[in-house]
Amino acid sequence: MAGETRTIRTEALARVEGEGALHLKLKDGRAEEVRLAIYEAPRFFEGLLRGRRFDEAPDITARICGICPVAYQTSAMLAMEDAAGVEVPPALRDLRRLLYCGEWLQSHALHVVLLHAPDFFDLDDGFALAERHGDVVRRGLDIKRVGNAIMEVVGGRAVHPVNPRVGGFYRVPTRAELAPLRPQVEEARKAALATLAWTATLPIPELERHVAFLAVHDPDGYAIDRGTLHASTGAVFTAGEWDDHVVERQVPHSTALHATLDGASPYLTGPLARWALNGHQLPGWLQDAAAEAGLARPCRNPFASIQVRAAEMAWAADEALRLIDAYETPAAPVVDAQPRDAVGYGVSEAPRGALHHGYAVDGEGLITRARIVPPTSQNQAAIEADIRATAEANVALDDAALSWRCEQAIRNHDPCISCSAHFLNLTVERG
Amino acid sequence: MARRKSLAVWKFASCDGCQLAVLDGVDELLALAGAVDIAYFLEASKAKVEGPYDLSLVEGSITTEHDARRIREVRGASERVVTIGACATAGGIQGLRNDADADDFARAVYPRPEELAYLPSSTAIGQHVLVDFEVRGCPVNPRQVREVVGAYLAGRHPQISAASVCTDCKRRGLPCVMVAHGTPCLGPVTQAGCGALCPACDRGCYGCYGPMEAPRTAALAAWWRELGVSEADIARAFRTFNADAPAFREEARRHGG
Repeated sequence: MAGETRTIRTEALARVEGEGALHLKLKDGRAEEVRLAIYEAPRFFEGLLRGRRFDEAPDITARICGICPVAYQTSAMLAMEDAAGVEVPPALRDLRRLLYCGEWLQSHALHVVLLHAPDFFDLDDGFALAERHGDVVRRGLDIKRVGNAIMEVVGGRAVHPVNPRVGGFYRVPTRAELAPLRPQVEEARKAALATLAWTATLPIPELERHVAFLAVHDPDGYAIDRGTLHASTGAVFTAGEWDDHVVERQVPHSTALHATLDGASPYLTGPLARWALNGHQLPGWLQDAAAEAGLARPCRNPFASIQVRAAEMAWAADEALRLIDAYETPAAPVVDAQPRDAVGYGVSEAPRGALHHGYAVDGEGLITRARIVPPTSQNQAAIEADIRATAEANVALDDAALSWRCEQAIRNHDPCISCSAHFLNLTVERG
Repeated sequence: MARRKSLAVWKFASCDGCQLAVLDGVDELLALAGAVDIAYFLEASKAKVEGPYDLSLVEGSITTEHDARRIREVRGASERVVTIGACATAGGIQGLRNDADADDFARAVYPRPEELAYLPSSTAIGQHVLVDFEVRGCPVNPRQVREVVGAYLAGRHPQISAASVCTDCKRRGLPCVMVAHGTPCLGPVTQAGCGALCPACDRGCYGCYGPMEAPRTAALAAWWRELGVSEADIARAFRTFNADAPAFREEARRHGG
C-alpha cells in the first residue's frame, strides 16, 4: 500500500547464543532500515587481557564463549606460539585437531537439532520437536554427547577444557584412554549421515545471497585448527596479515563491531564459506551424500546451512576416527614456549567461522595489546542484508509472521552473540 | 493433582557456558520438560510464559544499569533464585574491571566507548538481590545443577559440599600435584565440585569454583612463595575467574594485585 510504514521490533531473539534484538523499518515494501542490535553486555576482553601473562590467554579467552571455547583456546595458543617462535610437533597438533572435532560435533549438533531445526516445522523449540520427531532429536543429542565425550577425554572438560596449553597439553592421553571413544564416534558418524539425509526432507525456503566468502584453508585437509585465509575474492593472506584485509568499525546500535573484507561488505565466514572454498577437500563419499541430500556446491542459501553443518558433523566424526586410529602417545605433552618481546597472530575455524587473535607481548611475557575478531561480528553485516532480503520478499506477511521469518534468517547463521559482543531483539517498522 | 512447577533460565553478562551445561543434561531436561514447565529459556526456546516462576536459574553478572533493574524484576517474579557459575556468584572474569579503570578497558575494544552503556563494575547477583543458593564453577558441573534443581522442585535443601578441591583429589586417589611435583595449585582454598579436573591433568587447580568455606589463602600463598612463584603471579592467580569473591580479592591485594 502506497505510503504505508510498518515498524517491527523483536525485543529478544530466541535460540541464539547471547542477547540481541532486531529493528526493521519497511516503507512501500522496501526495507528502509535494518538494525541487528546486539545488546549483550560488553565484557571488554581485549582490555582485561592487558597485563596478564601470555600463557593465560587460552584459559581467559575460552570464557568469551561457552559454545566454542576450543576455538578461542586454539587461536590464542597459535598466536602465542607465533609470538614465542615455536611450532608444536605434528602429534600434538593432531591431538588438538581431535579436540576441535569434538567441539564441532557438539556445537553443530546443538544448532542443527535444538536451535535451527524447529524453524522448519514452525515449532518453538527442540522440546516441541522432540515430541513430534523424537528420533531426530535423540540422534542429534547422541552426536552432541559424543562431541562432549571427545572434549572430556582429550580436554579434561566439555565446557572450558582445562588440558590445552600454549605449546601443547598438560597431559596427553594414552591410546587406551582414547579407545573407548572409537565405537561412539563411529555411531556419531552414522547418525550425522542420517541427519544429513533427513535434511533433504526439510521445507527449506528459497533464498540466494551473493556475498563474498572467507575461510581458513589448509592444503593438507579441511581446515579447522590451522591454515591461511582464502577469500572468494581471490585474496590469500596469513593470520599476521589480517589487519591489512579485515577492518572492523563500530556501529551505534551494537556492542559487536562490523567487519569489512578488502572493502567488501558484507562478507560471510562459517559453514557456507567453508563449503564453497574447501568443500572439494571433503572425501568423495561425503560429497556424494551431500549431493544426494540436495546440497549444491557452492550453496548460496543461508537456510540450507543446516545441510552444510550436518555434512560437517559427518566429516568431523570421520576425521576424529582417523585421528584416534593413527594416535600414538606423543613423546612429550608440551614444547617449551618462552616469552619474549614480540607480536603473534593465530587463526582457526570456529564452528561459526574464522576466528582471529592478535597479541603483543613484552619481554616479561605480559600481554600489552590484544585483538580478537570473532565470526559473528564478521557476519553481522551479511545477517542484516539477509534480513533486508527476507523482509522485502515476504512483505505480504503480517507483522508477527514477518518478524518470525526474519528471526529465522538470523538463526541461519547460528550467531553467537556472547562471542561478538562485542549481538540481538527484532523490531519491524512499516511505513 | 499438584500443579506443575515452572522453571525459568535467565542470562546476564556471561559466555552462555553454564546454560550450555544445563542443556548438556538435556536428556534429563527433556524428561524434566515433562515434569516441569520450562517457562522461560531464551537460549533454547521461543516460548515464554509470564511469571511467577517457582525456580529461576540465573547465569551471568550485573554490568549495566538495565541489568541491575532486570535482576530485581526476576527476583520479584521468582519463588526461588539459584545462581549458576562464577559470573553470577562472583562477577566472573569481567570482574577484573572492578580494580581497574572500566573506561580504559572499553577503549581497548571500542573506538567510541561513550556510545556504550555499562557500569564501572561487574558484580555477583547476590550483591543485588537475595539468592537462595549459589552453584559455583566456571562452568558449573551439570550434576550439581541437576542436584539443586531436583532439590528445590522436591522441596528439600541441595546437598553440595563446601569443602576444598583436595577432598576431590583424595576421593579420586590422585597424588597431590603440589607435594609430588611442586606444581602451584589453588585446590587447597578452592571449593570442590569439579572432580579435581586439573590435578587429573597433571595441572594445578586454577580456582574456577571460587573460594571454599573459610579458605586459608595466606598460608597457601606462603607455600607458593616457597615454590618460587612471584608476588605478581600469586596476585594474578587469585585475580582470575573469581577475582571479586572477597577471600580471593583480599589475598590478591596482599600481593599487590
